Amino acid sequence: MTHPVGPKSRLWPQRQGRGGGVPAPLLVPALLGVAFLVLPLLGLLVRAPWSDLGPQLARPGVGEALRLSLVSATLATVVSLLLGVPLAWVLARSQVRGRSVLRALVTVPLVLPPVVGGVALFLVLGRQGIIGRWLFEATGFSLPFTTAAVVVAETFVAMPFLVISVEGALRAADARFEDAAATLGADRWTTFRRVTLPLVAPGIAAGAVLCWARALGEFGATITFAGNFPGTTQTMPLAVYLTLQRDPEAAIVLSLVLLGVSLATLLLLRDRWLGRGAVT
Amino acid sequence: MSLAAHVVVRRGTLALDVELAVADGEVLAVLGPNGAGKSSLLRVLAGLLRPDGGRVQVDDEVWDSPDVHLPAHERSLGMVFQDHLLFPHLSVTENVAFGPRTRGTPRPAARAAAEDWLARVGLAGLGDRRPGQLSGGQAQRAALARALVGRPQLLLLDEPLSALDARTRLTVRAELHRHLGDYPGSAVLVTHDPVDAMALADRVVVIEEGRVVQAGTPAEVARRPRTDYVARLVGLVLLAGQGTGTQVALDGGGAVAVAVDVAGPVFVAVRPESVALYLQRPVGSPRNVWPLRLAAATPHGSVVRCDLAGEVPLTADVTATSFAELGLAPGAEVWASVKASELTVYPR
Repeated sequence: MTHPVGPKSRLWPQRQGRGGGVPAPLLVPALLGVAFLVLPLLGLLVRAPWSDLGPQLARPGVGEALRLSLVSATLATVVSLLLGVPLAWVLARSQVRGRSVLRALVTVPLVLPPVVGGVALFLVLGRQGIIGRWLFEATGFSLPFTTAAVVVAETFVAMPFLVISVEGALRAADARFEDAAATLGADRWTTFRRVTLPLVAPGIAAGAVLCWARALGEFGATITFAGNFPGTTQTMPLAVYLTLQRDPEAAIVLSLVLLGVSLATLLLLRDRWLGRGAVT
Repeated sequence: MSLAAHVVVRRGTLALDVELAVADGEVLAVLGPNGAGKSSLLRVLAGLLRPDGGRVQVDDEVWDSPDVHLPAHERSLGMVFQDHLLFPHLSVTENVAFGPRTRGTPRPAARAAAEDWLARVGLAGLGDRRPGQLSGGQAQRAALARALVGRPQLLLLDEPLSALDARTRLTVRAELHRHLGDYPGSAVLVTHDPVDAMALADRVVVIEEGRVVQAGTPAEVARRPRTDYVARLVGLVLLAGQGTGTQVALDGGGAVAVAVDVAGPVFVAVRPESVALYLQRPVGSPRNVWPLRLAAATPHGSVVRCDLAGEVPLTADVTATSFAELGLAPGAEVWASVKASELTVYPR
């Protein structure tokens, strides 16, 4: 879902100008690659209990898990936007010392196994954690195993996707527009709001969709930090995994729902933003 | 005296140290090759780059000094960029109204001022378009309106015509000339095109390698260039030498006869169209005749520009017909002659 340009357009380009055709050493692995990526999804569709779909979807817990997933992924995206866009601006535009170190730190969650992220969050924000203990003593509130913890875990894992993609958009945007705004009397904040933000809006939108999709599929950090309580912390991926243990048919149905949501996201990303962004 | 600036910038290989003064209503052109520091100079004046030294003062207000740095958005200035830099997400009217809006003008008044300026630059009725829907010339006119709408004390123009095609350039240049004539503040125009400088500016400053190498009115600079760069720009060949009587002994060897008495170090400016070429030594008694070799020949409008190498390196413009009749090929030996009365000679 991170490759919005379909493999088809790469394999069979419209213009056959440069000698046409794809050399076999590239074509064969490319076709194998497509098969590898597409076959499991086809398997899901083939094995789906289509006749039994309605009752399966209506089972208690399915709607709840789906709603929780959508809500928490959306909240995680909102938090990521509020924190991530300013962070991306700092990385792309400011003269702050140690920016490269900062960037490396920000991207660590991208390569960190999500389970490790969950453990780390637990150590800091858990009831005995460095910040969590202080929070618990002050307010009596303990973050882990709550819906808020789901949002925190998903934000931790998904925000770097947003930061990286917005930073890329900022770097690609012509900074001289910001110079022009300054000569027209706009201070940096006004320039950011009225010039920079609209210019990189397609990049922010694409980053937000990526971030949302990543949050929607989050499993490891969520189950470690937020647990698996139906109704409060059991998101769709957790439900799929647990259902698979006792009722594979039901797991397939849940997977189909996630697949549908992901595909819808992909189509939205393609038509709404990437198409237009690629032109301008 | 409206703009008074001494700008010092040290940045990598660039060592810029330039003094400028521009009166109210005056247009100063800053001419120079790429990398001479023109853009840095303009960025300092705009407040986009903090100078390493010097002082920028507009009227009685200090914009830059060792203790003061007024950021760009607090300066009363308008700037026109080479590729217009109209904000692509705003309509043309919104672009022009952007400055007044950020400076606190209420929206209706800002829009009215923008519409007024769009009409003045000949874009009435196009205000609802996006910049991408304008032609290059229209976009540059809109950029000019955007720069002028706030009645700035200082107008900066950064290669405002160089992104336009030749025909559009001609009309936009004429319009720009008219608007600059009406503009009451100081204007600084950066360009590498001598025609822009000659057509638009009251005074010209030539910068090479971060220093002012020549300053004067466009006519002075065009008639009496002081460096090879300026001479090439205005289509002259510059020879430096020591004058004695009507004879100038060139620093590079050889001598040139001139029509007036001179003494001491002088420049001799040669117009390429005044140089005549012959296959044999011309008869009669021309005083300036040299055997030279054709180094390169390039078509230049209706003439062929011949670069000549030898004791006195010259450039000759001959008509395409003459060039064909002479049957010259690179490397050919030719005789070049120029009348003493055709030469301009002035002290170094």
